[in-house]
Amino acid sequence: MLQAVRIKDHWKEQRLFERRVLVAGCFIVVLTLALIGRLYLLQVTRHSYYTELSQGNRVRTEPIPAARGLILDRNGKLLAGNQPAYQLELVPEEVPNLNGALQGLVKLGLIEADSVEELRRTIRSRRPFDSVPVVLRMSDEDVARFAVRRFEFPGLDIKTRQTRFYPEGQLGVHALGYVGAISENDLEHIDRAAYSGTALIGKLGVESAYEKQLHGGNGYREVLVNALGRSVQGLGELAPDLRTQAPAAGKDLVLSLDTNVQRVAEQALGDHRGAVVAVNPNNGDVLALASMPEFDPSLFARGITRSEYAELTDNIDKPLLNRALRGAYPSGSTIKPVVALAGLTYHVLNPDKTEFCAGTFHLPGSTRLFREGKGGKHGWVALQDAIAKSCDVYFYGLAETLGVNRIATFLAPFGYGELTGIDISGEKPGLLPTPEWKKLAFKRPADQIWFPGETINFGVGQGYLLVTPLQLAHVAGVIAGRGANFHPRLVTGLRDANGNVKPIAPVAGKRIEGVADADWDRVINGMVGAVTYGTAHVSGKNAAYSIAGKTGTAQVFTVAQNAKYNEKTVEERLRDHAWFIAFAPVEKPRIAVAVLVENGGFGATTAAPIARQVLDAYLLDADGKLKAP
Amino acid sequence: MYEEVTSGSRTRRTLTVTARMLFALKLDGALVIGLALVAAYGLVVLYSASGQSLGTVIRAAAHIGMGVVAMLLLAQVSPNFLRRMSPWLYLVGIVLLVVVDGIGHIGMGAQRWLDLGLLRFQPSEIMKLAVPMMCAWFLHDRALPPSLSSLAILIALIFVPVGLVVLQPDLGTAALIAIAGSLVILMAGLQVRIIAGVAVLGGLGAWFGWAFMHDYQKKRVLTFLDPSTDRLGAGYHIIQSQIAIGSGGVFGKGWMHGSQAQLQFLPERSTDFIFAVIGEEFGFLGLALLLLLYAYVVTRALYMAVQTQDTYARLLGGCLALTFFVYVFINAGMVSGLLPVVGVPLPLVSYGGSSMVTLLAGFGILMSLYSHRKLVGS
Repeated sequence: MLQAVRIKDHWKEQRLFERRVLVAGCFIVVLTLALIGRLYLLQVTRHSYYTELSQGNRVRTEPIPAARGLILDRNGKLLAGNQPAYQLELVPEEVPNLNGALQGLVKLGLIEADSVEELRRTIRSRRPFDSVPVVLRMSDEDVARFAVRRFEFPGLDIKTRQTRFYPEGQLGVHALGYVGAISENDLEHIDRAAYSGTALIGKLGVESAYEKQLHGGNGYREVLVNALGRSVQGLGELAPDLRTQAPAAGKDLVLSLDTNVQRVAEQALGDHRGAVVAVNPNNGDVLALASMPEFDPSLFARGITRSEYAELTDNIDKPLLNRALRGAYPSGSTIKPVVALAGLTYHVLNPDKTEFCAGTFHLPGSTRLFREGKGGKHGWVALQDAIAKSCDVYFYGLAETLGVNRIATFLAPFGYGELTGIDISGEKPGLLPTPEWKKLAFKRPADQIWFPGETINFGVGQGYLLVTPLQLAHVAGVIAGRGANFHPRLVTGLRDANGNVKPIAPVAGKRIEGVADADWDRVINGMVGAVTYGTAHVSGKNAAYSIAGKTGTAQVFTVAQNAKYNEKTVEERLRDHAWFIAFAPVEKPRIAVAVLVENGGFGATTAAPIARQVLDAYLLDADGKLKAP
Repeated sequence: MYEEVTSGSRTRRTLTVTARMLFALKLDGALVIGLALVAAYGLVVLYSASGQSLGTVIRAAAHIGMGVVAMLLLAQVSPNFLRRMSPWLYLVGIVLLVVVDGIGHIGMGAQRWLDLGLLRFQPSEIMKLAVPMMCAWFLHDRALPPSLSSLAILIALIFVPVGLVVLQPDLGTAALIAIAGSLVILMAGLQVRIIAGVAVLGGLGAWFGWAFMHDYQKKRVLTFLDPSTDRLGAGYHIIQSQIAIGSGGVFGKGWMHGSQAQLQFLPERSTDFIFAVIGEEFGFLGLALLLLLYAYVVTRALYMAVQTQDTYARLLGGCLALTFFVYVFINAGMVSGLLPVVGVPLPLVSYGGSSMVTLLAGFGILMSLYSHRKLVGS
């Protein structure tokens, strides 16, 4: 009620309003000044910072992938090349719904449902603006199927890219390796910027070991883009100086492999599981490196599906296992020439003294019986015959005389128990057993003792000793070179874009010293005997050149003391592994080879003929005559 | 010699004629010049901001034309009639808002438009004018500063339409309506102690609210206050607009040479974020010129409000002048990163019919209040 009678004083109200307008004016001035201050900060103080950001906004660097280097054999034959292929690529930041897009691709049959998870992780780990390959090699039908549905897949596009192809198919896959999609794991080891725009990376073998040389250097091209990331033309005045850097193509690799020898080795192994390694004893060049069974490297280059991969890993024959580098087996009798050299060098062996072989051997003061491996008896044998006929009893006695430590010390420089140093990764060192090793390797004190019987087994290459086919090829090479020791190598030169080959010098290891020339001759004569009248004489027949060789049989399981090994009754996979090492021509060796046939039984029957074929392939011309060196 | 004299006198005569014409049309020449300069500047910028779209510029010019018609018509109406019509306009606005909200509920989700066939029309825009008119009408016969009971009624008058707009939901417009109404109350001389009390209460409320909020709610508020933390979401607009303004420097990159705007890195470049286009292409100087023009318009408008002779005219005029400044400040502050992002267009420059027509209609009312002042007895 009181309020109703309040009198409206117009003059006072006018003054009140004017005061309020004045206050409002002050507010306006303060706020405007704040605004101008803010604009000054943005446009004057931080001008260069924002200029840089605006520059980065509109210029995008697109990688130009370098062409991957080719891989050639020693005669210039192409083993790995590049081929244009359609590839489905995805730019993560342009895909609104990644899960939906991947599910859509599954429905189109372009990717498999169970590979989605892994693909998604790979995509997440890439930079959001990098183009990530989703399907590496699309058939024309795939391209057509995707093209009609393209509108459903923003951020995905079909690109033509160079992919790897292997004109010889599976040939030499365990030496060459393969390339595959860059995985999350690979990304941790590489410079991501150098691999943007690249879909493939070497995974194994030469492809992986020489990745750096093969990859080359990516180039780039700066393009003007709008906010959607689309490249725009015709807005020239907005474009700063756009730069382009041409890619530096990867180097071509010249391999030591001889495609012809490699093919013969693989065909000779045929359906066997096994490995063949051939080296040039004069420089370590690997002439053939075969491991059977093989697999198709192009499966990985086009993106292996989960089921295909499972098929490879679940295969009982383990095609992915590189037996040449990673298969470790007892050496069997192939060790005998080296043990004989040890005996001669330590002067505990009279090469001309004959020993009697009755088929069995007893350690003095022990009832334990050591049998002649193949059964039978050799009668009176001297060193040459003991090697040629592979007399176990002779070497049982020699091993006992030498003792484990002298054997191991003498074997080590030949490369037993050590990596050969081949220029691709993944090789296993095998195992050169010693009493010290045994002490560390076993937990139970009772197992840590080195028994005299183990020395006897060691002398004929059974027991704990493990070697790889690559190691034995190397050993054969060292014997062939009479102590000359070269690290095996697959790559002998790098060829640049102009076709100039820069050779890589062979890498020599430590020469075997202290072995008399006469002793080399004696042992090599024994090996020649093996191929002329001894265990492998069938494989040495009618050779146009001289061969030195040694058979070996690696026990897969130990035959009971009073039982006899019967090949026919033992299940195939429990049969002994067959070995053969050889080199030729004996006078001036050009090739040394080691052959392993898993469960092949006796070395002479399965492994030696394979070695002979490899030697022929390398040494003979089309008319069956010895090639000039 | 002869020619020059003739042309000089012709110019003078033209000016005299124009001034007479403006006077006859109840328009304020000084304000019209200010508005025309801002609008012309806007059209020039719009041509570049729209990606050289002449069509957009023509449509914007048509919006200006419609606004000028509204301004002309309203300038002729006598303030007394306007005042008497205020409650009715307010009521019609409320009814339309209810209808729109109702249609929204029945129809599909959010609804702000009323389709009148020829043009689609936003009732909430009417409220930007109707609420201050209603408040000024309410206070016209009452002694100032307003008593507590009038204050309660005023708050209710503001709250009802604001609530209805919030329901649409259009928080930005609701806030602008609330600000327009509050400005009338402030200009009416609301006691400083009440203002201070409300400020303290508001602060306490915010503090309590913060203390009882869940973490995700706090995060949402923080993102709203500092969008740069959310680079690809809410922050994208503001980051891009700051890059545009900052890279413009003192002199700008030149008309149609702003890469942020031309390559569409800047979102809503011809509407809410056109301020950034000016900053990029015309630089600090271009923005300073624009702010100068705005300052001129606001000052002139406030001067006109002060010159009016009754409560209704003063309060409404003052409110119209100040809301114009508030629009400018909110838009410029938001685009330059001083304020959170709310959808408020840059007055007379941003592309958009409703805003242009409402603003010019407001200035028409202001001109009516000013030019009829001698006719209003007191």
